[in-house]
Amino acid sequence: MSNTRLIPDTARDAVPVALPPKGAGRRSGGDRRGDTEGRVLNVFSHGFLILWAVMIVLPLFWLLLGSFKTDSEIGASAWSWPSNWNFDAFGRAWDKGIGDYFANTLIVLVFSIPLTMLLGAMAAYVLARYEFRGNRFFYYFFVAGAMFPVYLGLVPLYFLVDMLGMLNTYQGLILVYVAYSLPFTVFFMHAFFRTLPTAIHEAAVIDGASHTRIFFQVMVPMAKPGLLSVGIFNVLGQWNQYILPMTLMQQQSGFDKDRSVLTQGLVLLNQQQGYEGDLPVIFAGMTIAMLPVVVVYLSFQRQVQSGLTAGTLK
Amino acid sequence: MQQGKYRFVTGFLIVPVALYAVFMIWPYLQTFGYSFTDWQGQSQEMGFVGFDNYTALFSDSVFLKALWHNILLLIFLPVATILLALFFAYMVNVGGRGGSGGVRGVAGSGFYKILFFVPHVLSIAILAVLWRAIYRGDVAGLINGVFIKLGLSDPAHPIEWLNEPDLVLWCVAFVLLWWGVGFYLVLFSAAMQSIPREIYEAALLDGSSRTQTFFKVTLPLLWDTVQTAWVYLAILAMDCFALISVMTPGNSYGGGPDHNSEVMATYLMRNFLAFGKSGYACAMGVVILGLTLVLSLVTLRISRRERIEY
Repeated sequence: MSNTRLIPDTARDAVPVALPPKGAGRRSGGDRRGDTEGRVLNVFSHGFLILWAVMIVLPLFWLLLGSFKTDSEIGASAWSWPSNWNFDAFGRAWDKGIGDYFANTLIVLVFSIPLTMLLGAMAAYVLARYEFRGNRFFYYFFVAGAMFPVYLGLVPLYFLVDMLGMLNTYQGLILVYVAYSLPFTVFFMHAFFRTLPTAIHEAAVIDGASHTRIFFQVMVPMAKPGLLSVGIFNVLGQWNQYILPMTLMQQQSGFDKDRSVLTQGLVLLNQQQGYEGDLPVIFAGMTIAMLPVVVVYLSFQRQVQSGLTAGTLK
Repeated sequence: MQQGKYRFVTGFLIVPVALYAVFMIWPYLQTFGYSFTDWQGQSQEMGFVGFDNYTALFSDSVFLKALWHNILLLIFLPVATILLALFFAYMVNVGGRGGSGGVRGVAGSGFYKILFFVPHVLSIAILAVLWRAIYRGDVAGLINGVFIKLGLSDPAHPIEWLNEPDLVLWCVAFVLLWWGVGFYLVLFSAAMQSIPREIYEAALLDGSSRTQTFFKVTLPLLWDTVQTAWVYLAILAMDCFALISVMTPGNSYGGGPDHNSEVMATYLMRNFLAFGKSGYACAMGVVILGLTLVLSLVTLRISRRERIEY
C-alpha cells in the first residue's frame, strides 16, 4: 500500500484486511499510479494557483506604486520604483475632479440604495406573502427585466429621461438606478421572505398590528441577513455602473455642472491626462476609486461573495 | 384584516411597479417600435421603414465584423473561464492531499478564494483604464515589462498590444477572463461543497485517481451550475462595451485599429451618440436581445441532462 495518504484514517483502519483479493490487487495498482500522478498534478496545480495569484496581485500593486511615481518614472520603465514617497498625486487627482466625481457618486447612492431596498423589499414582501389576483403576473413581470441586455432599452431611455428634463441630474440617475436594480432585488427578497416563519406574522396579526406595521416592525427586522446580501450587491453594482451614467450624465451645455460619477469621471480624466501627460494622477485616481470597494469587500468578504453569486441562482 | 388587504397590496406595489414600468419596460418595448423607423433622435419626426434597418444591418460590413467578434468571444470566453475556474475550484476544494481529513483543498485555499475574487468587485470601467496602462505599447507597460524581463520580447521593439489587429480582441478577452475566473471559482466552490464528502471518499476507496474523480464524480454533479455559468458568460460576451470603448483605439468608443476589436455594443453606441442614427441603433439592440435569448435557450436545451439527486 504505497499511498495511504489518500485514504481516510477510519477507512484505512477498518478496510484493508477484509478486502477481497481482487479488489485489493486492483487498488494497489491504482494507488501507485495515483501517487506519481498526484505528485505531478500537485506541483503543477499549486504552481498554477500561485501564478494566478501573482497575476491578480501584480497589476494592483503596480497601480498602487504608480500613484507615488512621477510622470517620467512611469514612462521610463514598468519596473521603476518611486523615488519620492508622497501623496501629491492623490491631492492633484482629487482637485482635478476625482473629489467631485466621488461626491457625485455618493449623492446618487445615498438616495438610490435606500430607495432600491425599500421599494424592492415592499414589492417582494407583498408578492411573497399575500395572495391576490395577478400575483404571479407581477412576479414574472419583475423577474423578466433581469434577463434583458441594457442595450435593448438604452436609446429610448435616453430620450425618455431627456423628455422629463432629467438628463445630467441626480434625480434622473437615481430613478433609473432604482428601476434597473428592482428585478434582482425583488427576485432575491421574494425568495427570502418565503423562508421566514409564518407563526410570528400570525401572532402579530392577533395582537392587532396593521399590515404596514407588521412589515416594518416584524418582517423587515427578520429579513436583515437577506437585505444585507442584496444591499451589498446593489451598492457594488451601482458604484461600478458605467454605461448608464455615461449615457445619461453628459453635460448639456457649457454652463451645466459636471455631474459625472466616479467610473465615468475616471475614463474622462484618462482621456484628458493622456494629452496633458500627468499619469500619476490617473493611477492615484484609480486607487481612490478602488479603495472603498476593496475595503467593503475585505470586511464583508463572506456576504459579498454570497451576495454576488446569489445573482446567478436562476 | 381582509378589507384592508387589497388597499395594502396596491399601496405597496404601485410605486415599484410604476417606476420599473416607466424606466425599464417601456423603453424596452419602444426599442422594437423605433427599430422599424428612420428616427434620427432629436426631433419626433420619423418615418416607418419596415425592415430596412435590419436588412441594412446585415449588409453593413462593420456590423458583421462586430457580430463575428461577439461570436468569437461567445465561444472562447465561456470555455476558457469555466475550464480555469473549474480547475481552480477543484484544487481549492478537493485537490489537496488528504491527511487525516480525507478530502480537502490544497494549502491556502481560503486565501486563494478571497484573492481571486478581488477583480470582480472592481468596476469594469476602472479596470479598463488600468489595463490600458498595463498593455501600453512601450517599455513602460507592465506586460511588456514582464515579457522583456523573461526574455520573451526585444526591449528595442516592444509589442504594441492594443494596436495589433490580430491581438487586440484577445487582449480584451484576457481582461474578462482575469475578471471572471475568481467569481466562477467561488460559484463552483459553493456547489462542490454541497456534494457530500462520502461520495469522494467512496471514489478514493475504490482507487479512483483525482483526475478520474473529477470527471466521473465532480463534473456530473456540478452540471447545473456549469450551465448557469455558461449563460452568464455568454451574456457578458455580448457586452464588452466598457472595456473596448476605453482600452482600444478608435474615434468614438474605440473598436480599432480598423474595427478589429469592434463589437455590437460599441457600434450601437457610436451610431446612437456620435452619428445620431437612433432607429438603426435600436435595431442593433433588438439583434443583441435576439442573440442572447437564442443562446440561453439553446444552451439550456443542448446541455440538458438528467438531474442527479444526492
